[in-house]
Amino acid sequence: MGQITLNKVRKAFGDVEVIPPLDLRIEDGEFVVFVGPSGCGKSTLLRLIAGLEDVSSGAIVIDGKDATDVPPAKRGLAMVFQSYALYPHMSVRKNIAFPLKMAGLSKSEIDKRVDNAARVLNLAAYIERKPGQLSGGQRQRVAIGRAIVREPSAFLFDEPLSNLDAALRVNMRLEISELHNTLATTMVYVTHDQVEAMTMADKIVVLQAGRIEQVGSPLDLYRTPSNKFVAGFIGSPRMNFIEGPEAAKYNAHTIGIRPEHLDVSNTEGAWKGVVGVSEHLGSDTFAHVLDTGLSEGMTVRASGEVALNHGDTVFMTPQPDKIHRFDEQGLRLS
Amino acid sequence: MATQHSRAAARAMLSPSVLLLLAWMIIPLSMTLYFSFLRFNLLMPGMEEWAGFDNYRYFLTDPAFWYAMRNTLVLVGGVLVITIVGGTLLGLLLDQDFFGQGIVRVLVIAPFFVMPTVSALVWKNMFMNPVNGLFAHFAQALGLQPFDFLAQAPLLSIIVIVAWQWLPFATLILLTALQSLDSEQLEAAEMDGASPLSRFIYIVVPHLSRAITVVILIQTIFLLSVFAEILVTTNGGPGYASTNLTYLVYVQSLLQFDVGGGSAGGVVAIILANIVAIFLMRMIGKNLES
Amino acid sequence: MARKVTSRRMAIVTVVAWAVGFAIFFPILWTIITSFKTEAEAIASPPKFLNFHWTLENYITVNERSNYFRHFMNSVVISVGSTLLALLIAVPAAWSMAFVPSKRTKDILMWMLSTKMLPPVGVLIPIYLMFRNLGLLDTRTGLVIVLTLINLPIVIWMLYTYFKEIPVDILEAARMDGASLKSEIIYVLTPMAVPGIASTLLLNVILAWNEAFWTLNLTAAKAAPLTAFIASYSSPEGLFYAKLSAASTMAIAPILIMGWFSQKQLVRGLTFGAVK
Repeated sequence: MGQITLNKVRKAFGDVEVIPPLDLRIEDGEFVVFVGPSGCGKSTLLRLIAGLEDVSSGAIVIDGKDATDVPPAKRGLAMVFQSYALYPHMSVRKNIAFPLKMAGLSKSEIDKRVDNAARVLNLAAYIERKPGQLSGGQRQRVAIGRAIVREPSAFLFDEPLSNLDAALRVNMRLEISELHNTLATTMVYVTHDQVEAMTMADKIVVLQAGRIEQVGSPLDLYRTPSNKFVAGFIGSPRMNFIEGPEAAKYNAHTIGIRPEHLDVSNTEGAWKGVVGVSEHLGSDTFAHVLDTGLSEGMTVRASGEVALNHGDTVFMTPQPDKIHRFDEQGLRLS
Repeated sequence: MATQHSRAAARAMLSPSVLLLLAWMIIPLSMTLYFSFLRFNLLMPGMEEWAGFDNYRYFLTDPAFWYAMRNTLVLVGGVLVITIVGGTLLGLLLDQDFFGQGIVRVLVIAPFFVMPTVSALVWKNMFMNPVNGLFAHFAQALGLQPFDFLAQAPLLSIIVIVAWQWLPFATLILLTALQSLDSEQLEAAEMDGASPLSRFIYIVVPHLSRAITVVILIQTIFLLSVFAEILVTTNGGPGYASTNLTYLVYVQSLLQFDVGGGSAGGVVAIILANIVAIFLMRMIGKNLES
Repeated sequence: MARKVTSRRMAIVTVVAWAVGFAIFFPILWTIITSFKTEAEAIASPPKFLNFHWTLENYITVNERSNYFRHFMNSVVISVGSTLLALLIAVPAAWSMAFVPSKRTKDILMWMLSTKMLPPVGVLIPIYLMFRNLGLLDTRTGLVIVLTLINLPIVIWMLYTYFKEIPVDILEAARMDGASLKSEIIYVLTPMAVPGIASTLLLNVILAWNEAFWTLNLTAAKAAPLTAFIASYSSPEGLFYAKLSAASTMAIAPILIMGWFSQKQLVRGLTFGAVK
């Protein structure tokens, strides 16, 4: 079981309210990602769930029981920290065994569970080493191992991949997703990287300034962002926004169109511009188009190798059903 | 990590230290302050009476006080100049690459670990003694008249002894500061065409200024209280020639048993130290924030 | 700086540095050498550097005659005792300020430091009178109390700067792993803090061993540590150079060795973390 409910949870540091009253429901077995720019309160929210911070008001309910005043150790949750927070003086084995030792399990039971976790996470070869002798990815795995041996009702991840290099990050992303498929335990995952959110989550919670901007599945957010902030935050490259007369044609204050929803042509189209920087990735071609008269610059994504070069004149046509319309407050018009 | 639970535990763990230091500070301080307004001599117990500012008047108008004041300042100033100039030069020297760096560093630091009474006695007898001291032997070898350091230049001799003890401290701190200087900064300056001298003036000295301030402030706190070196070598003499404030208060209260006068001197010493302390605290406080 | 140093330059620096190092160390070396001479050779003119008859008789005499061992033990008991006591009081305080900081933590730290800046002579009389009335003059207990209190701020500060370097994440991880406050301290904090605690201990034993204001003023004979014992050589026995040297060598040797081990921590401890 791992069902977590936040009721009117509010957090203030002194006079500064970092999280205004907030409601959220995390279902058992769900992979929920908190995403948002740095300083949006996503880590604080996770720490409130963990019990590492006290809520200023409101209640946290875990599996139907009020856990608001329960100390972290008693909440039955496990956490993986950004810095991994491994115990530097203990071997990998002792690190993983630590929560079990604290729970007072028998020696043989501890050994059994640690060996099992080490096998699942491919740590068997390093089991007697100290964290200082491990690579970033190995440390990350130890941190995860320490979390899974407890068989917690939910896992909390605080930006766990941000200290890894790009290639390793992709690997670990897959491993964590795989782990979720195997264990089917609730996972709450904090990141500032929307790619991680999109690829891993069952449910994404987009936060800004402590407020929830939108909750939904990755494709919900991609298809129907409820406001400009979410529209701009989810999706890469970023959505293009156009204001003024062109937006007025669509009865909106602002319209948004994703780079991949613009059709490019050398001869004709709705909007005209000049290619500034173009990035050829092979699988995709990104072009930054200037002098459109619509907004400062627009990004276009074309599939495959497309001959878009600096100084070329291009025409772009938005796919009509992919245009997002927003009002003056930035809220979605449907 | 600040939860109600941990905060309560934290307070409970902090309070013994706070209470002890509070008691250590307030009780003797207020007693000193109180005594300084009494006519109170240990030879005449039970005769204590209120004296108002008399003790301060006697103490501050006593020529001995002005000698002591002057000696204190000369002692502190002299040692500071020697240790900081010497410490910077030594720091620069030890920061170079050379054979046996570790051993030389150990040799240079050693005097700091010698207890004050030992270093004072060793210098007094084995080096500065006009008959059997090593300096006297050298003077004789050169055909010169041996010089009685502690009789003829008592304050200077004490400055030399104390400076020898504190030179390692200044050296160590300045060396540490030098080593923390980012070498890329120096390389950037070199690429910008700065000569070794201008690199020293514009990069190294500003970098050291903070460490030098720390050395000045911390040494001053300790140097204001130099005691054992004087007790063992000159007993403050001849006359008051090498009596500092600390030693004067000691003489007044524990040798002449004049508790009132000694306490007034103690209060003066506290005020003097506080002036330095305020600057030091500001420096450290700033560091705490960064 | 990965730079090639010319061997000529290195040779010059080596010679100069060794000469300076030797000069600074010389008084200590001379003391050690003299401790192995006879009294006559100790004051011989011209002085004898190595060409004398080496003897251990001074060490034997000093030990036999003046109960050197008792003063040595006084030094050990007073310095180690006061350091352990200070650690006992300081560890919880430093822990709480480093890991559960409040708005007042900084003020408390600064205030603690300010007590260290009190000139001892300012409180000499009240302490002396209190000790006299309580029968603590010339007792080890009395000195342990005083040295504990005067070193407590330094101990707290040093521990605080060491504890500050332990990532809070790790302690939180322990809490998430189900550790109680007690097990958190026993299994996680203490092992990680041991190096810091050890160097704090070392530095404070050194400071307490060499303390020469309170030890001189609050002891007479019975509880006198080595600082006070050596001071008693100032006259007339000071003229027995060889014996003075032997006593001095024994007094400084243990601390010199400890000091060399703690040179790195020394800077940090004595500057309250202002220079690292």
